[in-house]
Amino acid sequence: MQRFVLIAVPYVWLLALFLVPFVIVFKISLSDIALAIPPYTPTLKDGFATFLAGLDFENFVFLTSDDLYWKAYLSSLQIAVLSTAFTLCVAYPIAYGMARAPEEWRPTLMMLVILPFWTSFLIRVYAWMGILSQEGFLNQFLLWSGLINDPLTILNTNAAVYIGIVYTYLPFMILPIYAALDRLDGSLIEAAEDLGCSRFQAFWLVTIPLSKNGIIAGCFLVFIPALGEFVIPSLLGGSQTLMIGKVLWEEFFNNRDWPVASAVAVILLLILIIPIVLFQRNQQKQAEEEL
Amino acid sequence: MKKLMVSSAVLALMVTSASANEVRVYNWSDYIDEELLEKFEAETGLELVYDVFDSNEVLETKMLAGGSGYDVVVPSGTFLQRQISAGAFQKLDKSKLSNIENMWDVVSSRTAQYDPGNEYSINYMWGTTGIGVNVPKVQEILGTDAPIQSWDIVFKPENIEKLAECGVHFLDAPSEMIPAALNYLGEDPDSHDPDVIAKAEPLFMSIRPHIQKFHSSEYINALANGDICVAVGWSGDILQARDRAAEADNGVEIAYHAPNEGAQMWFDQMAIPTDAPNPEGAHVFLNFIMDAQNMAQASNYVYYANGNAASKEYLIEDVIGDTAIYPDEATLNNLFTTTPYPARTQRVVTRMWTKIKSGT
Repeated sequence: MQRFVLIAVPYVWLLALFLVPFVIVFKISLSDIALAIPPYTPTLKDGFATFLAGLDFENFVFLTSDDLYWKAYLSSLQIAVLSTAFTLCVAYPIAYGMARAPEEWRPTLMMLVILPFWTSFLIRVYAWMGILSQEGFLNQFLLWSGLINDPLTILNTNAAVYIGIVYTYLPFMILPIYAALDRLDGSLIEAAEDLGCSRFQAFWLVTIPLSKNGIIAGCFLVFIPALGEFVIPSLLGGSQTLMIGKVLWEEFFNNRDWPVASAVAVILLLILIIPIVLFQRNQQKQAEEEL
Repeated sequence: MKKLMVSSAVLALMVTSASANEVRVYNWSDYIDEELLEKFEAETGLELVYDVFDSNEVLETKMLAGGSGYDVVVPSGTFLQRQISAGAFQKLDKSKLSNIENMWDVVSSRTAQYDPGNEYSINYMWGTTGIGVNVPKVQEILGTDAPIQSWDIVFKPENIEKLAECGVHFLDAPSEMIPAALNYLGEDPDSHDPDVIAKAEPLFMSIRPHIQKFHSSEYINALANGDICVAVGWSGDILQARDRAAEADNGVEIAYHAPNEGAQMWFDQMAIPTDAPNPEGAHVFLNFIMDAQNMAQASNYVYYANGNAASKEYLIEDVIGDTAIYPDEATLNNLFTTTPYPARTQRVVTRMWTKIKSGT
């Protein structure tokens, strides 16, 4: 009985917070736009038979008729992949430093990584607007130090989007890598060095492979939300920043076309399911290895 | 578990019963003197919940989803018209609106094209969509004869190209920017013909690389701080930027013009959603707003003209005497209004706007 309850909890969670919303969105993606409340037809109020007869895949066909959608998916993928790579490059040395720091420092370092979460995400992104703008701190500093003569345009470009994503998701990358490196048995590296490895070789052949699971977990934790990101590109990005999150917003708010917006969301979900399944499989393998 | 259920049921009851004494207003950002909100609570004993938005689209989506929980919302004319036909609003009970006689016929005759007979809404404020410039900066770049009173300053590539270095923002509102472009090209700004609308595209494509951002509220701060030097935006917003810059005394000097070639005139209307939890309180709020002195206080604060004739005697000279806010007869004749696009045309317009903004 107890076991049943234990298993039921995650399933109820999945059902209520994932499957049910998904079915609703999928249902809307099969309907047609209407000037009414809610702005689509048919609804279940029309009777079940008419409701079923009114559904079709027209909206999905429509998505293939305009290259905007594919370009937006691809450009989102590009931004998500690149920013995941940048985040990894920044996070790994930090995590490595944390894992190598004296034991008594670690809780403090950990705090420093987690601390920004205590401030609203929106306020932190706004702070970046203040830092990156033409009259912002960064340009003021660079002008003062004489490195540049004219202020750089960073805000409202893709560069600002990358900075925003790397900054926001950095802790999600640091924490799993730190967890992996923390568990690393130091004697393995000593053994590698005893057997003739240089320090770099030992790092490359021992440390990196042993922190692989942390890297993979961190990458997924960054990649998945970055792909559908809306807030960061709309606040920091410029007019040329094309991301699927913004396209979805436009379908939903500007066109009031909930059915097409839902179709865009369903496809985004399908694109995300692939890495999620890979992630799951990796987790499973890891669990099996540990047994 | 049971205890939790009981307490959440109590909580739910509290939430619903609170609404009898509470008015929820959803208005545009930077659009009221906050002292008025306190005055309303003090005068009526009602509790006011005041939330803000910065685009008609966001409001419309909430209205069409239903159950927004708001008692008073403020859509612009074209959006109001469409939402009325979707059944989103209830008719006003004018017997509860004793101050309605304060309204100004010059405005209400124009708003009647969106809301025939003004049955569903009252005018809150109105204004024009034009150009704000940082005068010294623009004159430094384009010379002292810079065409700051003409759409030429943004629609002529040779002008905007030079201004790009100091920053140009456009409103992210296709339903206002495309009519502005069509008007500049000598077409009917209110055209619903996709072939006519398409003529705006090459014009925007030629100037697009020089537009730093399409956004509907950021330009207020950006202009005031000197981050940008030209913004196509709403009259009162740019005048607010002008005042903020003057207060900050940072060498930024902003001017607003409804361009000579013509500019769009728009109306923000207060209406009560069909499913408003407290329509009684909503009427009290509308009546409070239509009070001549209250309305004047709001206009004196946000620098937008209002649709209230009786409020004029309480307006400060900076507002009533400024032709950028209360245009003279000649400018008034140059202003145009637009009507909502049908769904299919709206899609064409949005698609074109996405292409203009992103290049694809």
